[in-house]
Amino acid sequence: MATAKDEILGALRKQVPIETPALPEVLEGDWIRYADPITQFSNLIAAVGGSCFVVAGIPDVVAQLESYSEYKKAKRVYSQVPGIETHFDLNSVASPKDLEDLDFVIYPGEFAVAENGAIWVTDKDLKHRVIFFITQHLVLVVPKSKLIHNMHEGYKRLSFEEPRFGLFVSGPSKTADIEQSLVIGAHGCRSMQVFLIDG
Amino acid sequence: MNAPIHKEHAELATEFVHNRERAKWHDSSLWFVRQKRDRQTHSIPEWEQLRELAATIKRHTLAKLPQYLEEFERNATRMGAVVHWARDAEEHNRIVLQILQEHGAKKIVKSKSMLTEECHLNPYLERNGIQVVDTDLGEWIVQLRNEPPSHIVMPAIHIKKQEISELFHDKLGTEDGNNDPTYLAGEARTHLRQKFVNADAGITGVNFAIAETGGFVVCTNEGNADLGVSIPDLHIACMGIEKLIPRARDLSVFTRLLGRSATGQPITAYTSHFHGPRPGCKLHIVLVDNGRSKIRASEDFHRSLNCIRCGACMNTCPVYRRSGGHSYSTTVPGPIGSILAPNRDAKSHGDLPFACTLCGSCTDVCPVKIDIHHQLLTWRKELAIQKVVPWTKRVSMSMAAAVLKRPWLYALGGKVARVGLRWMPRWMIYNGLNKWGKQRDLPPPPAKSFREQFRSRSKS
Ligand code: SF4
Repeated sequence: MATAKDEILGALRKQVPIETPALPEVLEGDWIRYADPITQFSNLIAAVGGSCFVVAGIPDVVAQLESYSEYKKAKRVYSQVPGIETHFDLNSVASPKDLEDLDFVIYPGEFAVAENGAIWVTDKDLKHRVIFFITQHLVLVVPKSKLIHNMHEGYKRLSFEEPRFGLFVSGPSKTADIEQSLVIGAHGCRSMQVFLIDG
Repeated sequence: MNAPIHKEHAELATEFVHNRERAKWHDSSLWFVRQKRDRQTHSIPEWEQLRELAATIKRHTLAKLPQYLEEFERNATRMGAVVHWARDAEEHNRIVLQILQEHGAKKIVKSKSMLTEECHLNPYLERNGIQVVDTDLGEWIVQLRNEPPSHIVMPAIHIKKQEISELFHDKLGTEDGNNDPTYLAGEARTHLRQKFVNADAGITGVNFAIAETGGFVVCTNEGNADLGVSIPDLHIACMGIEKLIPRARDLSVFTRLLGRSATGQPITAYTSHFHGPRPGCKLHIVLVDNGRSKIRASEDFHRSLNCIRCGACMNTCPVYRRSGGHSYSTTVPGPIGSILAPNRDAKSHGDLPFACTLCGSCTDVCPVKIDIHHQLLTWRKELAIQKVVPWTKRVSMSMAAAVLKRPWLYALGGKVARVGLRWMPRWMIYNGLNKWGKQRDLPPPPAKSFREQFRSRSKS
């Protein structure tokens, strides 16, 4: 008996060929660029319900965080950014379920995109990717030199050669499923701060 | 014509517009989303170029679909996923159940997936002793109400916050009469957190599957898909075979189009790229045909498979906005649903291509440039040939054909209408034969016809 795969592919192969346009170039092009990408990016982060701070370095990030009452009250903070204190070593956590009470995650973003306020993060060297979603507050730190203009520049930097999870995150989690009223903090983080630092 | 198993669109739409205030509210909620979309698209100078690129990539992929499906399977397997193929909904459900049973999984969290809706996966799993929770807030609301989503992106767009408040009060014991969306969403968050943490498996849909890398992308705003597959050890991703794109870089086009077209956001809050399972965990991908290869075989309608399910054609459609998603009696409602559904079953969904004014607004907004309204028109012809057109439409259509063939009759008809419409009693215009007269009035007729105006202009 033919397998489902054989039958589906067989049915598709029998069909009259349709016109096949060549695959177009998508990375190179006259894509949108901004005279001031930092302002564009910051405005977008604000528009999607997050906050963006342009600071010199890690000490400024720490100072800013310490001015938050939520941060000072936080019982469980995980940081993967050198220079920012972490409360525990993620590798010693056995199950992702044990991260339910995570308050803050501070994580390095690989690059940030001005056109849509998205930041690329991956689970490289990260044992539990659930931290991005289960934490109440997400803080991302990205060097200014890694701010790019558009998604085409973004995908130019990406390759997917090994099993890996990667994510464009843009603002805190949100829903508008109740009468189109925007509610920040659906299932993922309730707040998101992005720090653009020198370098 | 066999009577359809469900009520016709026109009948259900009549029920919907019966509550004028609600119909108006529904209409303006969707128009609000359409306007947000416009603001976003106008901020991108190369918008039209992106649409053209997306259309080209999708046309290319569809032409070489078997090749890309095999490439995807090869690469996904290399990444450590297990790939399954399902001919139809039943086979899909069976595969999913079997995977769950092999893992002893009983409690499932599911994120939004129109495919699993299409396959009626939830009732099937429940019949087999498996508990499924839809975790997208809108989907969860409709699940608690025991009804299907009425929109593919905003499943609960037809429900008022008072009703959600009552529902939550009843099912979760939330405060009576508290209609505040922030409060209600917060209660849902707390309740569903427990479901996430205790789930044995997570099921997601797929927005884009990448042939070249064997990975796939899921887009959400709530973070529910990611939370649902980052805690349990088992992730099952279910996708229609038309979700493929050839290269990872093609996402640079699609991620720019999807969020902006769907809800007027520059991008969804989470755009997650999955390649293989988490270390020590399992990832299964189910590729589903369920009528898609049949649509691909159709000369007239294969382009409808290029749809990326953004919902923009629904938000803009004057009929959808005023009749509500449930009036279509299909998983995918609105303009694109009206092309897809008759492919599945022309007899029971043959009324849908007529639930259209041919205004073309859907075609204008579609990010992958599907010629939606042309295909709907083609369906009308096709259905007339197949003789599955309701008689009221057959009569008026053959009258129209007779008139359009004779220019003198057309001109005379116009004259009569211009004078007549002004003096005829209302009941003659808005009678039972003219369904368009419900809930709308014609604008006052012009004094001169277009032909007359044109003639006097060219003389001057
Ligand atoms: S047909 Fe086009 S506009 Fe409609 S949902 Fe599909 S992609 Fe969006």
